[in-house]
Formats: sequence, C-alpha cells, structure tokens
Amino acid sequence: MIALLRRDLTLAVRAGGGFGLGLAFFLIVVVLVPFGVGPEAAVLSRIAPGILWVAALLAALLSLDRIFALDFEDGTLPLLATSPLPLEGVTLIKGIAHWITTGLPLTLAAPALGFLLNLEMSAYVWLLASLALGTPALSMIGTFGAALTVGLRRGGLLMSLLVLPLYVPTLIFGAEAVRRGALGLDATTPLLMLAGITLGSFALLPFAASSALRVNLR
Amino acid sequence: MSIWEYANPKKFIATTTPLVPWVLGVAIACLVVGLFWGFFLTPDDFRQGSTVKIIYLHVPAALMAINAWFMMLLASLVWLVRRHHVSALAARAAAPVGIVMTLIALITGAIWGQPMWGTWWAWDPRLTSFLILFLFYLGYIALWEAIEDPDTAADLTSVLCIVGSVFAVLSRYAVNFWNQGLHQGTSVPVATGERTISDVFFVPLVICMVGFGLLFLALVMVRTQTEIRVRRMRALEMRMRS
Repeated sequence: MIALLRRDLTLAVRAGGGFGLGLAFFLIVVVLVPFGVGPEAAVLSRIAPGILWVAALLAALLSLDRIFALDFEDGTLPLLATSPLPLEGVTLIKGIAHWITTGLPLTLAAPALGFLLNLEMSAYVWLLASLALGTPALSMIGTFGAALTVGLRRGGLLMSLLVLPLYVPTLIFGAEAVRRGALGLDATTPLLMLAGITLGSFALLPFAASSALRVNLR
Repeated sequence: MSIWEYANPKKFIATTTPLVPWVLGVAIACLVVGLFWGFFLTPDDFRQGSTVKIIYLHVPAALMAINAWFMMLLASLVWLVRRHHVSALAARAAAPVGIVMTLIALITGAIWGQPMWGTWWAWDPRLTSFLILFLFYLGYIALWEAIEDPDTAADLTSVLCIVGSVFAVLSRYAVNFWNQGLHQGTSVPVATGERTISDVFFVPLVICMVGFGLLFLALVMVRTQTEIRVRRMRALEMRMRS
C-alpha cells in the first residue's frame, strides 16, 4: 500500500500538470472574484470564507479525472485489481494520494489567498482547520465519482455533475466554520460535523468506489 | 407463489398491462375530483386568500418527488442483490417522473411564494434541499444516458443511487444547520397524528395525494414496459444483424 502511495505521488509530481495546476486554478478563481463583485474591502471580507471554500472545491474537482484515467488507459488498473491488495485499499490509497497532491497544497495556500480577500484575522485558524479537515472528504468523494465514470469517453463533465451535489454538505459545514470564525463565534460544531463527514466517507466510500471500479473493469 | 415471479419481464408485462388503464383511470378520477373540489369548492383562507389552493398541486408533487427517490433506492438495492432486470428498468423509468415531480413542487412553490413571502425564491432549508434533490436526479439520469452497456449502467446508477441517498439525507440536515427556515412546517405530521389543517382543506388534499401516487404508479408501469420492449427490440436487432 505504501509502495502504491509512493508511486502515485511520484507520478503526480514528475508527470507534471496536476500538481501545480490545481493551485494555479485556485489562485486564479480567487483573483477573479474581486473583478466580479467590486474591490470594496467590506464586501470582500464578508464573502471571503465562501469564495475560498468554493474555489478550493473547484480546484479539487479539476484534477479528479486524473485519479483513475491514466491507470485505466495504460492498463495498470486491471493489474491493481488482480493484485493481492484489495481493491478497497487501492481506492483508499488513490483518495489519499489525491488529497496529498491537491487538498494539502490548497490548505496551505489558502491563508495567503485570504489576505487577498481581506479575510478577518480571527478566521485564519478556522480556515486552515476546516480545509485540513474537509478537503480529505472532497478527495474521497471525488475518487468515488472518478471510479463511476472511468470507462466513459467525455466522462469529465458528467463526473462534475455527479460529484458536485455530493459536495454540498462538506461545503456547507466548511464555509460555515470559517464564517463563524470570522464573526468571532465558536466554530467547533461545524468542524466536528466536517470531521464526521470526512471519517464517514473514508470508512464507507472506498467500498462503493471499488464496486464501481469492478463493474467498469468487467 | 412469491413476489419475485414478477421479476420475469414477460410476467411483468402480462400483469401490468390490464392494470395500467385501471390505475390510470382511478388516478385521473382522483385528480379531477380532488383538484376541482380543492380549487372551486373550498373557501379561501382568511389570510392567504385564494393562493392557498396551490397546496393541492404542491404538497402531493413534493411527496411523490421524495417517494420516487425512495422507490429508486429500493429498486436499485433489489437489482444489486437479486439481479432482476425489471427492477433496474423500473428505477430507470421512475427517475424522469421523479424529476418532473420535483420541478412541479419547485415551480408551484415559487408561484405561491411570490405573493405570500414576496419572493420567488429564498435559500430556505426545504427549498434548498429540493433544489439539491433536483441535482441528484439530473446526475442519476445523466449517468444512465451516458453508459451504453445496459448492465454496467444499471450497476453504476444503483451504486450512485445508494451513495446519493446518504448524501441527500446529509445535505438535508446540513442545510437545516446552515439557514433558518421561511417555509412553514408540515400541516399533516404523520408521526404525531395532530394536524393543523381544517377538514375542509384536508379531504381534497388527501384525494390529490392518492391521485398523484396512483399517477406515479401508472407512469412507472408504462415506462418500465417501454424500457423492457426497447431492450427486447435491441436484442432482436442484434440477432438479425449477426
């Protein structure tokens, strides 16, 4: 399992594209928002939690179709499926690898972008905490969506249609935690819910994803 | 004699064909009586005026929009466990009916909300969760359409339906947490049995609910038959070509 994780990470870093692309996309979305809503600091600081979360979510979505597509094309995926490693473990590792290559950099970059949007000082801790707790769920749900659509041509667009509604609870609790942090309120409840969603999806979604993969490899 | 006998497509068509006109007939009768009674024979509400009468479309449609998803969930489980093709086709047949019910509920709600709340749309928990339900239906139907192999499509949509159900419930509670409601609570709580709606409005409402339920049943039966016949035709074409 560790070997597979290391292989996926090396591929993601060396093959280029996916690793930096998500971050660049995150930056561009955040930069575009002030052009859309105007430069007033008060408005920006009010919508900053939501913008940061939606932008992180879209950036995570962008690289989802790479989770299985490359392995599917060059035939690695059938090999993984027949290897002694259970397919549930493979999907779990794929989700974790996706998080390390997109979710983790997004989390670390978010505070810097918070300055651009004039986020309240009290919200930075909650922003980091909520993204760190929430982006793993985004990766795992996305792995499930990628597993559903792996065999399809033009699967990317369909996958975003399938995955985005599943992101709703994560987005709500994540943005709510930051918003409460910005207002100086206690944000532990949404954070706990967020952690619950993440743990739940890591516990259950590998089974759903690997059953979808088995159907697609049939 | 068990219920699984009807998983045989031939038996399913033979049983449902004589049933459809009856169910459809009763459904139309219920709807005509219920809607006519509701629209013309009930008094106007003293605060809401005549706009209250949209309840006869709104509530039954919303009820069936949710129940259609439950039916799809059950049918998907049956398909995954017992591999009956009719079950998968019934789930596929129910989805477009469900999405139309969701749309009816959303649109009638907007028409009612405009004079009552002064807005077509509010980010209220109930309204928002219905919009999310609409998106789930869209994704489910799109996945069915995108995959060519029927068995693969049935498997993948079933998995999506199960995962989607969990996340739909989760979204319902998340949305509740996110924003306080503008939408009134139910007037007909099933659990407690106390209702806050007077009999004058309640009787035609129940008739409309029964009508919508039977209409859904009839549409799903007809659409499942169509799906079975489409499947058969495709099999025949393949055989003729080879």
